[in-house]
Amino acid sequence: MNSPQTPGVVPHRLDPERIASNFADIAPPLTGHEAKVAADRCYFCYDAPCIQACPTAIDIPLFIRQIQAGRPVEAAMTIWSQNIFGGACARVCPTEQLCEGACVREAAEGKPVEIGRLQRFATDAGMARNSHPFTRAPSTGKRVAVVGAGPAGLACAHRLAMHGHDVVVFEKRAKPGGLNEYGIAAYKVPGGFAQEEVSWLLGIGGIEIRCGVEMGRDVTLDQLRAEFDAVFLGIGLQDTNDLRIPGEDRAGVEDAVDFIERLRQAPDKGALPVGRSVVVIGGGMTAVDAAVQSRALGAETVTIVYRRGQEQMSASRHEQEHAATAGVRIIHEAAPVEIRGNGAVTEVQFAYTESGPEGLRLREEGFRLEADQVFKAIGQRLGPLPEGVATAGGKIDPARLPAGVWAGGDCAPGGQDLTVTAVAQGRDAAEAIHRALMG
Amino acid sequence: MASLATDFIGIRSPNPFWLASAPPTDKEYNVRRAFQAGWGGVVWKTLGAEGPPVVNVNGPRYGVIHGPDRRVMGLNNIELITDRPLEVNLREIKAVKRDFPDRALVVSLMVPCDEESWKAILARVEETDCDGVELNFGCPHGMSERGMGSAVGQVPEYIEMVTRWVKQHSRMPCIVKLTPNITDIRKPAEAAKRGGADAVSLINTINSITSVNLDTFSPEPSIDGKGAHGGYCGPAVKPIALNMVAEIARNPATRDLPISGIGGITTWRDAAEFLALGAGSVQVCTAAMTYGFGIIREMTAGLSAWMDEKGFTAVDQIVGRAVPNVTDWQYLNLNYVTKARINQDLCIKCGRCYAACEDTSHQAIAMGPGRVFTVKDEECVACNLCVDVCPVENCITMVELPKGSVDPRTGIVVGDYANWTTHPNNPMARAAE
Repeated sequence: MNSPQTPGVVPHRLDPERIASNFADIAPPLTGHEAKVAADRCYFCYDAPCIQACPTAIDIPLFIRQIQAGRPVEAAMTIWSQNIFGGACARVCPTEQLCEGACVREAAEGKPVEIGRLQRFATDAGMARNSHPFTRAPSTGKRVAVVGAGPAGLACAHRLAMHGHDVVVFEKRAKPGGLNEYGIAAYKVPGGFAQEEVSWLLGIGGIEIRCGVEMGRDVTLDQLRAEFDAVFLGIGLQDTNDLRIPGEDRAGVEDAVDFIERLRQAPDKGALPVGRSVVVIGGGMTAVDAAVQSRALGAETVTIVYRRGQEQMSASRHEQEHAATAGVRIIHEAAPVEIRGNGAVTEVQFAYTESGPEGLRLREEGFRLEADQVFKAIGQRLGPLPEGVATAGGKIDPARLPAGVWAGGDCAPGGQDLTVTAVAQGRDAAEAIHRALMG
Repeated sequence: MASLATDFIGIRSPNPFWLASAPPTDKEYNVRRAFQAGWGGVVWKTLGAEGPPVVNVNGPRYGVIHGPDRRVMGLNNIELITDRPLEVNLREIKAVKRDFPDRALVVSLMVPCDEESWKAILARVEETDCDGVELNFGCPHGMSERGMGSAVGQVPEYIEMVTRWVKQHSRMPCIVKLTPNITDIRKPAEAAKRGGADAVSLINTINSITSVNLDTFSPEPSIDGKGAHGGYCGPAVKPIALNMVAEIARNPATRDLPISGIGGITTWRDAAEFLALGAGSVQVCTAAMTYGFGIIREMTAGLSAWMDEKGFTAVDQIVGRAVPNVTDWQYLNLNYVTKARINQDLCIKCGRCYAACEDTSHQAIAMGPGRVFTVKDEECVACNLCVDVCPVENCITMVELPKGSVDPRTGIVVGDYANWTTHPNNPMARAAE
């Protein structure tokens, strides 16, 4: 048994009870009474700002009113008819930047209606029915290939299946779910929720998932185009950005997304090694998820270092507060210049930054942070693309896709790399495909 | 500091807050605790005639209407009068009155509608040295099926007859408790006065079914799958009670008849409103049944502080103060013209005013870019619905158009007071004299 003070990158820093409580549901579900009280706070606004702030445009006042009226399952139907991943989004959406940020009670009192938690209440009740609530239209005989079984791909597949098309989803990983399964902090989707939701979604029928099939290696876009009536690319962002500083290849330095994925897939989280002093570089949700979970595993000190100011952090204020509460220190306006060590990393040299007319500039002054583990969380980017797919602004260019091919989710422009935007784009692509196929 | 001491038809109490005849006043134990908590008086739960007492159901006696956070908005009951022996009640009343001589102790009575029954019980009650009797002509369930309670209260002639017997056979002050389950509350009040009542108290509970169980299809509260109507009370009934009190207070035939106001009184403010509409004392039940006797401290402190703020030194300075302002619709000033005004600084842009006005009223609110809501004066009839549905207090207000200005809706110059009785559209209009 190790302790937070044990040097190096080691497992079992905390006892199993502590690990279990650290990785328990971060926002436990509302009880029936709590939901009633929370729902009563909704004003049922005219042309409600929360709906407009939701990328999937869920009729939020309506579903909250259905909860109020004692019909949570019907509330879930209101949610799912716009967003088939309503359950996941209830857990992972940065609601304070979306629906709850737009809630008039946020403006009035700084205390919005708890839309996210109410959405979870409704979708939990709906999923507890253990039956899929939508039925398929009569078969159209059309077949659509979906590449990537993440939120975009599965939202697209579900909507296509509803319209009566047959869908085959190609997924390179071992399990479907995409970021919901691999890329979200464990305490946000505890238990097997991501897989449960996927199985529930597949209950619509007409969707076949082929895992372990990689585009470019096992199948080409041209083959898919030849075999299917349409193709949807929901391949996400598969590569990560590099720091491009000396020492980046030292042992102990890795991508935060790999760490997060490892945590999600680990049956015994305590068995995962974590550093005594962890440094996370970046300012987004991934940085926060990696940092907080490092603390949850028992790292003694965890520091997030972000090159710009607090306002520019893409992690929401709520996420930042969550990190601070978990004991994570956040340093703003500093960038790494060198990762030092003796084989493995031992410290990171930072320089303070200042923004000027030519952008961000490194200052003379800096500091060193002791580190035996460094997580890079400075953004993800497109991986290798199929032949014939062009990019623009770092994303797939939807205007220059081959005929019969659509794209959506993080690989496509227009979103903020959020689950909810991916769902919206997948759903809308399905509608577009449906129109194209049915004339 | 304002004095809350009250003299109601000669019955003195340190404050105007009495507990109404109901479960909280069913026995010595409760009443002592109430007096120790500071209640000014109690009306002891209704006594019946000598003999085997009534029995109550052994299932639920109460039904409820909850707000979302289970706040009790309305309560309904099917409990009958006291189910304890008469002599036990009388002995306890005497003991309590002896120990709390400064508190009002009124005894509620309900016996069959014959003179001998009333004569018999009055003699027994008088021996307790209580301060007065309240005739329960209001209870709408159970006892009414046996020709008592509201079965009497719904027939003015019976009210008059029984009241007369009571006054003939007793020297005690007599309060007649009225049922609201009638068409015109003035008639039973007038009957009580003709019979010699010293005061009326109202309202008793309203016939009600609180809800229907949609699994068993039984009304609630359900007794073995069946439900009988009960009596409704609590905050939900207050507006009905206020109106009935005011009707009696401004009726020329009963305007000097003292009133003990009852119906949903929950805070000092509710009490002050009843007093202002003519009640000389108030009676409380549901609030005590919901929160316990301790609420009396909020009630007395609140009423006293408000009276101090307003410069009132005694309760009788409030009693009836709003009555002259209660009038008939036909006398309302039709030249009082107001328009809704939305305070843009307070507005939180929920759009409820817009939805209400656009869908259900006069299409007098415009929604501009950026969810800016403004009033169209040329359409606004000043109905007040926007004010009522706005979640922000004082965000929307009604502003009076000054005399001499033109109402953009009607094009008519705002003139002096004029009402329907002289309006040209009124076929019955008569020239103002």
